[in-house]
Amino acid sequence: MSSLTLTLRPLEFFMTQYRRMWRGNVVSSVVSPVVYLLALGVGLGVFVDRSADLPNGVSYLEFVAPGLMAATAMQISSFEASWPVLSAIKWDRQYHAMLATPLRVRDVILGHQAYFMFRLLLTATVYFVVIAAFGAVESPLGVLAIPVTVLVGLAFTAPLAAWAAHTQTEVSFVAIFRFVILPMFLFSGTFFPISSLPRPLEVLAWFTPLWHGVTLCRDLTLGQVGPEDLLHLAYLLAFVAVGLVLARWTYKRRLFV
Amino acid sequence: MTAHNGQPLIHARDLVKRFGEFVAVDGIDFDLQRGEAFGFLGPNGAGKTSTMRMIGCVSPVTEGTLRVLGMDPARDGSKIRGRLGVVPQQDTLDMELTVRENIVIYGRYFGLPRKQLYPRADELLEFVELTERANDKVEPLSGGMKRRLTIARSLVNDPEVLLLDEPTTGLDPQARHVVWDRLYRLKRQGVTLLLTTHYMDEAEQLCDRLVVMDHGKIVAEGSPRDLIERYATREVVELRFDDGSRPEDLGYWTEGLVERVEPLPDRVLLYTDDGDAASHGIHERGLVPESILVRRSTLEDVFLHLTGRSLIE
Repeated sequence: MSSLTLTLRPLEFFMTQYRRMWRGNVVSSVVSPVVYLLALGVGLGVFVDRSADLPNGVSYLEFVAPGLMAATAMQISSFEASWPVLSAIKWDRQYHAMLATPLRVRDVILGHQAYFMFRLLLTATVYFVVIAAFGAVESPLGVLAIPVTVLVGLAFTAPLAAWAAHTQTEVSFVAIFRFVILPMFLFSGTFFPISSLPRPLEVLAWFTPLWHGVTLCRDLTLGQVGPEDLLHLAYLLAFVAVGLVLARWTYKRRLFV
Repeated sequence: MTAHNGQPLIHARDLVKRFGEFVAVDGIDFDLQRGEAFGFLGPNGAGKTSTMRMIGCVSPVTEGTLRVLGMDPARDGSKIRGRLGVVPQQDTLDMELTVRENIVIYGRYFGLPRKQLYPRADELLEFVELTERANDKVEPLSGGMKRRLTIARSLVNDPEVLLLDEPTTGLDPQARHVVWDRLYRLKRQGVTLLLTTHYMDEAEQLCDRLVVMDHGKIVAEGSPRDLIERYATREVVELRFDDGSRPEDLGYWTEGLVERVEPLPDRVLLYTDDGDAASHGIHERGLVPESILVRRSTLEDVFLHLTGRSLIE
């Protein structure tokens, strides 16, 4: 039996679960970018474009749209890979049901990550269509921002799921959201270039996966790709890889004792 | 290698499970034959669940030998689990999905085709009398219904052995009887059952053979009847006394009338083959307890004799 078929089986469960909430989900996937782009890209953008001096003369809408796309992926991931993972271990215990069958710990991990991937792909696609409709995509390369956004999301879901399988209570999730995700959302180059941050904070921002994701998405939609984008890509891939290795360890310690 | 006729379905020798310093299972031996209903009887913390989890291949063996269906859980866990049915102590049903979806999705974990799973789910739901609830969500079901659904779900892959960890703990008496009835039917259909319980009536009703576990060790093994014959008398006289009226020197009052006296905090048990004669004799000697009850010995008495403690504390 190939590993892939075993991974697809938990995915089937999560998809069945998703079928019960997809309507609300799709609506908010469309509404959220429209609202953000109207308020920031169009509304705030009018003021910014009057005085600001964004690199290469791009408009604020063009600047902020790909950033929001990446940042949204991070936010979705931080919800999806925290409570639901702990719940599948502790409250609803679906992981335990899976592990009483031929499925192995790695199938449970990869199956859940595959579901995150699906969620991210759906959101990223909708987001891309919306920002394109706003006229904020300058280059055909921009379409690659979709898979990159998925990758940004996975750079969060993998390590967060690892953490959620380790932690005993949900208390830390609120702290992570408040002290990690939210600051990253605000200060990783989504809304303004990190070069305007004080030097120490700018250096700190280099290490955030979101900054790499935002920059990569922006380079793609603006059509300004360069060799440094490969580094951004590698950095995100490394987060996914390390996250999965950690998850393998924490899931096993929690579920196979 | 798979199990052949005559070879035990489950074989354990010197099986040990440790969590750090704590020894949960302390070197147990047992064999389970095809078609048997075999039980682990013991109080909470005796090591029953740890043993079940090792057999279910979701917990690594610390030491000793364990073979399930002729295979080694350390190597073939996934393959073994594909041929087991598991009813865990704590339900793992998905509350948001419907009753039928829970069975179908679970069947998909075994790789069974959907087309086959829908009729199979209906068949299983009929068996556990949940047909009318097939399209309802699981969440509002009663505890007994959830248990029955878990049992139905565990049968989806036609398991060779059904593992039941405390199948009726937390259920009200009526719901327990419904579950027992279903399990009894499975047993008659030839399904091999392996269960843990701390209810002696459950063990008596369902098990052909059982082991009594205490502090991670097996302290006795046999059929319920064997064990009662070996470790208890045919009958028991239970004496209850008003506060302060309980005599200090029970030995004096019961001398020659009974085989053994077991003083418990709330009552005194007298073990004898003829309960009526014993209670009559005590009366004649002038001992008047608040109440006297003569009953048959049960596995509870066996456990009390073997460990000096009650099953449920």
